[in-house]
Amino acid sequence: MENWSLVSICVLFGLTARWAVSLNSYSGAGKPPMFGDYEAQRHWQEVTYNLPVHEWYFNTTDNNLNYWGLDYPPLTAYHSLLCAHLINPDWVELHASRGHESYGHKLFMRATVLVADLLIYIPAVVLYSFYLSEGSNKKKVFLCILLYPGLILIDYGHFQYNSISLGLALWGVVVLGLGWDVLGSLAFVLSLNYKQMELYHSLPFFCYLLGKCFKQGLAGRGLFLLVKIAVTVLVTFALCWLPFLSDPGQILQVVHRLFPVGRGLFEDKVANTWCSLNVLIKIKTILSTDTQLYFSLTTTLLAILPSSIKLLMKPTLWQFKLALVNSSLAFFLFSFQVHEKSILLPALPVCLLLNDLPLPAIWFLQASTFSMLPLFLKDGLLVPYVVTSLAFLFFSIYLLSAFEHCSEDKLRLGPYRRLLICIVRRYGYLSNCINKDHFYFSITAMAGLSFMSVALAPPDQLPDLFPLLVSVFSYLHFLGLLLYFNIVQIAEPLQSVRKNQKKSN
Amino acid sequence: LASVSLITALAVHCVVLLTMTVFSGYFSHSTDFEVHRNWLAITHSLPVSKWYHENTSEWTLDYPPLFAWFEYSLSHVAQHFDKEMLVVQNLIYTSPATILFQRLSVIVTDIVFIYAVKECCRSVREEKGSKDLLGHPFFILAALLLWNFGLLIVDHIHFQYNGFLFGILLLSVARHLQGRHLEGALLFTVLLNLKHIYLYIAPAYGIFLLRSYCFTKDNTDGSVRWSSFSPVRLVALGSIVISVGALSFGPFIAMGQLPQVLSRLFPFKRGLCHAYWAPNVWALYNMVDKALSVLGVRLKLLDVAKLPKASMTGGLVQEFQHSILPSVSPSITLICTLLSIMPAVLSIWCRPRGARGFLRCLVVCALGSFMFGWHVHEKAILMAILPFSILAVESREDAGIFLMLTTTGHYSLFPLLFTAAELPIKVLLMLLFTLYSFTSLKKLFRGSLLNPLETTYLLGLVAVEILCEVVYPLSPWQHTLPFVPLLVTSVYCSLGVSYSFIRLYVSLLRQHGTDKHKQL
Repeated sequence: MENWSLVSICVLFGLTARWAVSLNSYSGAGKPPMFGDYEAQRHWQEVTYNLPVHEWYFNTTDNNLNYWGLDYPPLTAYHSLLCAHLINPDWVELHASRGHESYGHKLFMRATVLVADLLIYIPAVVLYSFYLSEGSNKKKVFLCILLYPGLILIDYGHFQYNSISLGLALWGVVVLGLGWDVLGSLAFVLSLNYKQMELYHSLPFFCYLLGKCFKQGLAGRGLFLLVKIAVTVLVTFALCWLPFLSDPGQILQVVHRLFPVGRGLFEDKVANTWCSLNVLIKIKTILSTDTQLYFSLTTTLLAILPSSIKLLMKPTLWQFKLALVNSSLAFFLFSFQVHEKSILLPALPVCLLLNDLPLPAIWFLQASTFSMLPLFLKDGLLVPYVVTSLAFLFFSIYLLSAFEHCSEDKLRLGPYRRLLICIVRRYGYLSNCINKDHFYFSITAMAGLSFMSVALAPPDQLPDLFPLLVSVFSYLHFLGLLLYFNIVQIAEPLQSVRKNQKKSN
Repeated sequence: LASVSLITALAVHCVVLLTMTVFSGYFSHSTDFEVHRNWLAITHSLPVSKWYHENTSEWTLDYPPLFAWFEYSLSHVAQHFDKEMLVVQNLIYTSPATILFQRLSVIVTDIVFIYAVKECCRSVREEKGSKDLLGHPFFILAALLLWNFGLLIVDHIHFQYNGFLFGILLLSVARHLQGRHLEGALLFTVLLNLKHIYLYIAPAYGIFLLRSYCFTKDNTDGSVRWSSFSPVRLVALGSIVISVGALSFGPFIAMGQLPQVLSRLFPFKRGLCHAYWAPNVWALYNMVDKALSVLGVRLKLLDVAKLPKASMTGGLVQEFQHSILPSVSPSITLICTLLSIMPAVLSIWCRPRGARGFLRCLVVCALGSFMFGWHVHEKAILMAILPFSILAVESREDAGIFLMLTTTGHYSLFPLLFTAAELPIKVLLMLLFTLYSFTSLKKLFRGSLLNPLETTYLLGLVAVEILCEVVYPLSPWQHTLPFVPLLVTSVYCSLGVSYSFIRLYVSLLRQHGTDKHKQL
């Protein structure tokens, strides 16, 4: 069949799934007084529409920051402003519209997500799958990335605009992959200015570009490139922050809003190190907030250091993708104040690995969706969660024939083995870990835990038993895969032996 | 290879169905939803003798007895979901458990449909099959049937058990294609006792079985050889029909309720057209009548006061009174229907062309009754579209007609889903199916299947959609003349459906002609 029609069929399929999910409930539906993220987005429209720019991030009589105060960077605020101009003024009336919920409003909000997705995220996925992924199954990779349940459920169920920030970051990867370094950095800065969580991705971007400059020689063309990129970044930042630049107080306040250090090491149940460790040691009570902050900062830096240095030495697209995974996953696992939804940040680069490392990628993506189960249950998204997960598992395993790519070479562990063979004799443990049986075992366990969370009442002494089990279980997956992805990245030899390998694939 | 392609299609179908369950809680307000809930309640809580007398709800039981038994068996599962839905007095009862049960029941009974599709795919004639899995006729047929837009929205969004019923129909067709005629006949009789709308295609079955099954041999020129008549086969057929009929209607005949049951099954009190005109000849007829009356008033040939009032708000009223053209009675529609299918039926009597000739005749019967029948629902177009899919993957000409018929027919189903939230879903699903059917059939037959005029007409559907669902609601006429979009949709679609009907007929008669020619 012709290419374009298959692509459009895939896109239509993805859109149908998205809209089907969007007919479901959203976070905080009908739950006054605070509602949820849906109300937060609506409230931001209200604030940006009615108040002058310099009041957006400040606590004033008209802007109560304790009620969903704006805590995302300026591009989010502009986006809210744009949306607010399109709708019924009653829906964004100052004070009076608080907690507004209606059929028409829900439709409008859902439509804005769909439009943003269609304009930013989906085109980026198209470009990535057709220009940057190798091999014959480009369309299959494309469909699988589109059907990744985590993003669909958070954006169209829970309600957020992750497709914008992630889409812009993906645009950055795609454009860098095509060789336009300046445009790539532009896209990434935009994404960073939409959602500060994109910082998880920033180090690989930085190292990749810097590595490229080094490669071209810092004395000559490399320096020129570095200057070009630096100017682009600075100008883009300045443009995004233009209304706030006049007053340093404004800038400080915005920064303060973006990084609320006072909120503690973690909230709710997150599948990261601190929350899981908390089961054994009550870190939150033992350490002071400042110590927690420094502690988490150090561990995060340590965790991302190896992959960043490797990327700096070898700035190829393959290394770049792996570094994106390693860096964002390390941030998720070790950094301060992580939300369960932040798992979408590592999930994006993992999607990009679906073609090269199908089984680990599918495993990770499924675990990431599963880790957000307590959130989905709270939002009443059980049926969409089950359905989209099943669909994704089926499509990805079947289309990408994941189980046929489990050999050591296919898992890119060959170099690792060569590296270790001189040190230890019994080395094969890691590649044995990632196989069909373990995968099915883990999926079954996820299904079992999902079922238990829905059907069983937790014991009285442990009301959070199931969310905690879900977090710890997913955490183990994330930790194992972080190790795996790091090994794949670091074990790859510096000289380009890989080219021959690639061809043999 | 065939099995692999089939598995793919099936699995995708399951995924699509699962996607549909995502809707489960959100659209429950179609009347058919309440209709079937009411039937569950009636069959569960009342004795058999009261089934066809019960009229607490206005949606009385008006399907044949076997369907009532089907509902009866479903109700035994339903009581484990929510007992309240089985109370006759609980009108418009929609608890989440009820909705979940109803939706799941449609999905589970769809297994019959899936099995039937598998059997149909097995009996598709294979040309030199391409190696590409997606381009294989098997796969295309499976996809066209399983992902059929009309069936998806009518069953899984609007709510009916068509997948189950069409499954039996397709299975019966597949059995005939495989030469297992008795099984085919049995399945069709059962189907007829589940939903009597399939009476419309009964002539094709009757004549085909009589001509090609009861007469075992043809003369050399293809005409019937009377001496080859096999009474044993006729008796076998007859006993199948009679025993199934007795099983279903027997108890009611014994209770002396047959007239009551029949009056429920054939309610001629309803109007010529459904509230939303199905895109058939009568929609055109109504339109011409309206145009003439408007023209007459403009030219001062007619007196406004003398015109029947309803005609000026028509489109939404049940009883549509014609102002210029003569009114149409049920018997006239019956005669028109019979006349329209007569040539097709005669053709398979005179020159039987095996099971495929029968299938073509079946499609003509379905479409003929759709074009001329009394109080036709827009959903009835599926009766022609689904069996026609089998022919479409086998011949180039049929593929062209198929594309015309499905696209217009499916578009005419749009008014079934009318809320704003459903708009993206129906548009996306329709685009998905249409795009797939066009590209796959085009690739299968290596070339364009439609002429420029047909393409223009189909592109016109896009314009109609934008006009009716985007532009018109914003215009001031939305309040004064709210029925115009429905009217435009049904008239525009009826042009396409009529055109496909004529082309289908031409292809049938041309085949008849060439066969004759060959014999001579």
